[in-house]
Amino acid sequence: MFRTALRNVLAHKARLLMTVLAVMLGVAFVSGTLVFADTLSNAFRNQSAKSYDDVAVAVTSYAAPDDPDEEPGLSARTIEKIAAVDGVASARGRVEGFAGVADPDGKLIGVGWSNKGSNFAPGEDGKDSAYTFTEGSGPVKDDQIALDRDSASKGEYEVGDRVRVATNGPVKEYTLSGVFTTEDGAVNAGGSLVLFDTAVAQKQYLKPGYFESATVTAAPGASDAEILDAVKPLLPEHAEARTGQALADEQADDIERGMSSLKQVLLGFAGIALFVGVFLISNTFTMLVAQRTKEIALMRAVGASRRQITRSVLAEAALVGLVASVVGFVLGVGLAAGLRSGMAAFEMKIPGGPLIIGATPVIAAIAVGVLITMLAAWLPGRRAAKIPPVAAMNSVHAAATTKSLVLRNSLGAAITSLGAGGIVAGASSGGEDGRMLIGAGAFLALVGVIVLIPLLSRPVIALVRPLLVGPFGVAGKLAGQNAVRNPRRTGATASALAIGLTLVTGLSVLGVTVGTAIDKMTTDNIKADYMVSMANGGDLDRSALTALEKADGVSAVSPQQSVYFQVGDDDFVSASAVTPGDIERVLRMDLVSGDLSTLADGQLAVAEKTARGKGWKTGDSVPVTFGDEKKQTLKVGAVYKDSEFLSPVVVSTDVVGPHETRPYIRQIFVKMDGGQSGANEQVLVDALGDNPAITIMDRQDIRNEFGGAINTLLNVMYGLLAMALIIAVLGVVNTLAMSVFERQQEIGMLRAIGLDRRRVKRMVRLEAVVISVFGAVVGVALGSFLGWAIGETFADQVPGYALVLPWDRIGIFLVLAGLVGVLAALWPARNAARLNMLNAIKAE
Amino acid sequence: MTTASIAGRATAVAARATDLSKIYGQGETQVVALDRVSVEFRQAEFTAIMGPSGSGKSTLMHCVAGLDTFSSGSVRIGDTELGSLKDKQLTQLRRDKIGFIFQAFNLLPTLTALENITLPMDIAGRKPDKEWLDRVIGMVGLSDRLRHRPAQLSGGQQQRVAVARALASRPEIIFGDEPTGNLDSRSGAEVLGFLRNSVREMGQTVVMVTHDPVAASYADRVVFLADGRIVDEMYKPTADNVLDFMKQFDAKGRTS
Repeated sequence: MFRTALRNVLAHKARLLMTVLAVMLGVAFVSGTLVFADTLSNAFRNQSAKSYDDVAVAVTSYAAPDDPDEEPGLSARTIEKIAAVDGVASARGRVEGFAGVADPDGKLIGVGWSNKGSNFAPGEDGKDSAYTFTEGSGPVKDDQIALDRDSASKGEYEVGDRVRVATNGPVKEYTLSGVFTTEDGAVNAGGSLVLFDTAVAQKQYLKPGYFESATVTAAPGASDAEILDAVKPLLPEHAEARTGQALADEQADDIERGMSSLKQVLLGFAGIALFVGVFLISNTFTMLVAQRTKEIALMRAVGASRRQITRSVLAEAALVGLVASVVGFVLGVGLAAGLRSGMAAFEMKIPGGPLIIGATPVIAAIAVGVLITMLAAWLPGRRAAKIPPVAAMNSVHAAATTKSLVLRNSLGAAITSLGAGGIVAGASSGGEDGRMLIGAGAFLALVGVIVLIPLLSRPVIALVRPLLVGPFGVAGKLAGQNAVRNPRRTGATASALAIGLTLVTGLSVLGVTVGTAIDKMTTDNIKADYMVSMANGGDLDRSALTALEKADGVSAVSPQQSVYFQVGDDDFVSASAVTPGDIERVLRMDLVSGDLSTLADGQLAVAEKTARGKGWKTGDSVPVTFGDEKKQTLKVGAVYKDSEFLSPVVVSTDVVGPHETRPYIRQIFVKMDGGQSGANEQVLVDALGDNPAITIMDRQDIRNEFGGAINTLLNVMYGLLAMALIIAVLGVVNTLAMSVFERQQEIGMLRAIGLDRRRVKRMVRLEAVVISVFGAVVGVALGSFLGWAIGETFADQVPGYALVLPWDRIGIFLVLAGLVGVLAALWPARNAARLNMLNAIKAE
Repeated sequence: MTTASIAGRATAVAARATDLSKIYGQGETQVVALDRVSVEFRQAEFTAIMGPSGSGKSTLMHCVAGLDTFSSGSVRIGDTELGSLKDKQLTQLRRDKIGFIFQAFNLLPTLTALENITLPMDIAGRKPDKEWLDRVIGMVGLSDRLRHRPAQLSGGQQQRVAVARALASRPEIIFGDEPTGNLDSRSGAEVLGFLRNSVREMGQTVVMVTHDPVAASYADRVVFLADGRIVDEMYKPTADNVLDFMKQFDAKGRTS
């Protein structure tokens, strides 16, 4: 039987081409993901192992730096004591924090959150083993810094140049003393690192004389564990010591976890692509079996059992799957390599390392490819086994049985209604449970629609038939009818596209709806012209606020300062400390009761929901305990409608000021005379001392900041779904090639009675367009429905939520589907037009 | 139409092949399918082309009908020389001037009988002549089957649809390739009857390739082909005459 299978595969090479391609792409996606993830995690593992290479023990302090009763970290004396432990070669104290480096144009080098500063801690030899200087030497004076090599070259800085660096205070100018390389993972991932003299770093990040952490190196022959035991008793409260090995392992595990979720997401999309491929494969084998009816009947007649027939079809599938998987795997490895260099191009630096091709990806990829192909060929194989031996004797080619679709349709209708019911129920119940219900419902609905699609194809395509006949005449008419001739096959082909488009549309509806809501919220709530914040998302120094208050043309300015205090014996509430009088001019605050001017008198303003929850009314007095444990009774002066940009309690900065050693200013909102203008923005830049670490956003920037993330996410999703769509397109090519092959005689006749090549092509092309657009319409409908349902579940969490159907995008999807049809038909249409008429019309 | 006018038209030539040759392959493997064949098909005449398998009878028809290219010589349909035509023009010629009837019926399963009949005119973008169409449909006796699809029709009925399709666009000439090959004798006789009637009553020109002497006996004239050459022709044939000729011919072929 295997020989028959092999012969069959060889005999139908061309017709199996699309199947092979589909399996190949799916397997390439799977193996590419696995190899890429393995390679990446290996590289990161090596990296983290290397960065802890000479660290015997690492000590970290978790002390709260503001607590007056405690040591704020590891004191220099503690470090000295650790250095004196037996077997310790050196002990270096470290302090870290944010440091943004300006390039010569004053712009920040690197992405805000990845810009770090630390201290240079030379040993007795004047070197810090964590850093290797390629030029110059480490900073040892107040006004010196060293820069990592990439950042120095990005800023085109040479040793001796003056470099402007901002921590969270005002920007300062330093002299570049040296350029270094390091094994620090964050730096190798593309972050910047500024080294300061230890005293400078301590002063700006912690407190003079104190460190956050310490790294201990061992003398040759000393045991890490013994050092650890000896170090532990020397530590203050809230400090912890661990071996370098333990930290490296922990970091590696973190990386592994991060990688595994990336891997799962990618594999999920690979799964979708493979699932889409199933329809194509199944179509191919159905056709191969139908063509071989007589042959199979003959085999049955000469004594082959049903099981042998099924097995022969499955063996054929396995063979095809194997060949495709092997090629797919090779392609996947290439994909992984390409992905790595691609990420490098997007400034996502990945530590170098070899491409890791483990046994698991090889086995998994090939098993997946072979099993998917066999699974898809299983039904056609069963159908083949049902061919009666007598079919061999029929002189007339047995027409494809159009077995009743009644059972299929009832089943499909039942599953679809169940799924739709689940989705609607999920949408109305909302929340996490609702989303689970929608997920299950969505799966059922998708399956149901796939089952129903052959039934749907007739009325839906009949609906568009006038559109085909009108402009395209007889070619359009024939195309419309051809498209529904084999409803199962058309259905399977359209399903493949529908799945992809359901996901794409669902995501688009959600993304655009949420994006619009956020955009509306932003534009509705922000009255300020500019929002000032730190590039790393951290807190702004109070000096920034003072500077802005003094700047020319600023008409209103208020910080949004995060404060936590206790109310009565209750939980902590989060509050926004603001500038009374200015806050309502920079942010929208809709008053429910009371008067916002009472903020200036030290009263509280409370958001409506919170006020209702706590039972507070205007005029009530509430006992408050501040962060420094001082108590005060405050009056509720106003109740305002909840706002996304303010905490549920608003209070004057004057009230909380005395109780906070270091105010946590998240943003500063500024309103200026003359609104937004280049000159005004320059005023702010100058007022802030041209600080590269501070971001000034106008209203449009703010909208982009919030909405941009959603667009990026959508684009990534589109990219990941592209593979599924490509396979769906292959499915359309496959189906058309089959149709053209099966209808050779007809096409020959049409050519004979006068249909020219152009119109033969047009007929095939239109059929492809009809099938593709049909699949797209089904997908868009289902996707919009799903998008609506999922949106409903968090409608109450997104203020101003209103369903937005992105008609522009949907339109583009449908047009693209049409183009896909045209593209998919290129090759089959050419074949149809070139058909040898005489062979085609010859009677069998 | 009077007898005189039909007789008058009968002198005009609907299609003509002159020194028509068709050669496959080159050198050693060269096969001459048609060897300098000259033949005329007169208007309002029903011609049968006969000959043993491989005699070139189908090739001759394909070349004259503009379905196949030829190596040398010339073919004219009416006033049009086929040799100089590009595929596009040939297609148009077939569409406008030629009707076809195939052995395997070759109807489009998705179209109704009526739609199949009017298909050539749909392709040409012409409105069918209602009166003529009714007459053709009436003649082939399909008036009550027009809404049926081919799958719902018997073989004979399907071939009647094919005949109607060939006639409906009033082509200058109709070519039939073994039109009764797939039919039982009664249905075959019906179809041949229609073809003969179309020649007699409508002045249609019909050329048919067949190997069946009974089918040939419906024709006005039989052209015999052997080894790519015309070896004989016969007017007002009867089935017996044709059969005798074929036998004789066969015997000659065997002895030579």
